[in-house]
Amino acid sequence: MAHIHLPEGLPGIRGPLVFSPDTTQPLCDLVEVLLRAPNSLTMAEREMIATYVSAKNDCYYCQTCHGSAAAQHLGGAPQDYELIAQMKCNCEAASLSDKMKALLAIAGKVQKGGKHVTTEDVERARSHGATDKEIHDTVLIAAAFCMFNRYVDGLDTWQPQDAEFYGEVGKQTVALGYVARDWKQPLQTVSSNRAAPARP
Amino acid sequence: MAHIHLPEGLPGILGPMAISPESTKALRELAEVLLRGPNTLTSAEREMIATYVSSQNDCCFCQLSHGAAAAEHLGGDYELIDRVKSNYASAEISEKLKALLAIAGKVQKGGKHVTPEDVERARKLGATDKEIHDTVLIAAAFCMFNRYVDGLGTWQPTDPRAYREMGQRMAHVGYVRPNWEEPVEAA
Repeated sequence: MAHIHLPEGLPGIRGPLVFSPDTTQPLCDLVEVLLRAPNSLTMAEREMIATYVSAKNDCYYCQTCHGSAAAQHLGGAPQDYELIAQMKCNCEAASLSDKMKALLAIAGKVQKGGKHVTTEDVERARSHGATDKEIHDTVLIAAAFCMFNRYVDGLDTWQPQDAEFYGEVGKQTVALGYVARDWKQPLQTVSSNRAAPARP
Repeated sequence: MAHIHLPEGLPGILGPMAISPESTKALRELAEVLLRGPNTLTSAEREMIATYVSSQNDCCFCQLSHGAAAAEHLGGDYELIDRVKSNYASAEISEKLKALLAIAGKVQKGGKHVTPEDVERARKLGATDKEIHDTVLIAAAFCMFNRYVDGLGTWQPTDPRAYREMGQRMAHVGYVRPNWEEPVEAA
């Protein structure tokens, strides 16, 4: 039972999104621009930052949905899901670029609190080629998921433990993004009637 | 020195907002609906929730600017805002708002800290489901805004008087408006 009366059968953030339509548009616009708008960081990389922060915040729904979206952006093969699992448990040892590892380190600091980010963290990212905009976006994505995670867990939403469900969510995210979704609908299968997902 | 190159003279969130117009539009719209949209909680109450969470996160810019907005909604009662930040349980605010601030304080620590008892207490004092929802989302949103402001090492004036005019504009003009980037006058 969630802390407040939410529409039934809608997992995670979908319940509060449907419950409170007036706040839904800016939230969806924000996640769309952060994770999918044109950017020198790929969609997969940005979804990984979201996933990493959500894992640190122990938000099951967000880390599983965004982890699945990240894996689907990479092609959706079992090894793509394996890479996301490795990144969550030890990002320094995962097969990621040095730049990405440095950005994840900044995201992890932001998760603890903004003041944890040091000049050295930023220098490390810069020395591996990160631009100011990429550092900005990493901080804002990490900060935004400190919001989304608290929204989802602070209302004690229903979060199913069903790998197949999250696999479909990831495919749907890649195909539809965050603003063209009908959050009231239980998951429709997207693979059958949509074009192949765009690669990052 | 901020962690990245930001335009000079823009305090707190205004620096990063100026370099990222696409995300800024959504952030401004979110602040506007959360703090100024039609609601059974007054704008002063919602700004107090934002201020309290920002003070718990030790974000100077957000707690002083939103504290100023809250005070300006109340006709300039800055002392009440100081008491809400230092010990809201003894401040002259409604019992319902105290229960909502308790929920906001739990959200600041992490979503899972909110208990059914916290929610029951707010409900017994008259809080609706929508008010509880909005309290959780405002608190969560300020865990974002605070991290955005501090995570980039932005310049933040420490004199509360520097925030008065900003607070008046936030309270009475709002968050979605032209000339957002205008620097505040130094007090």
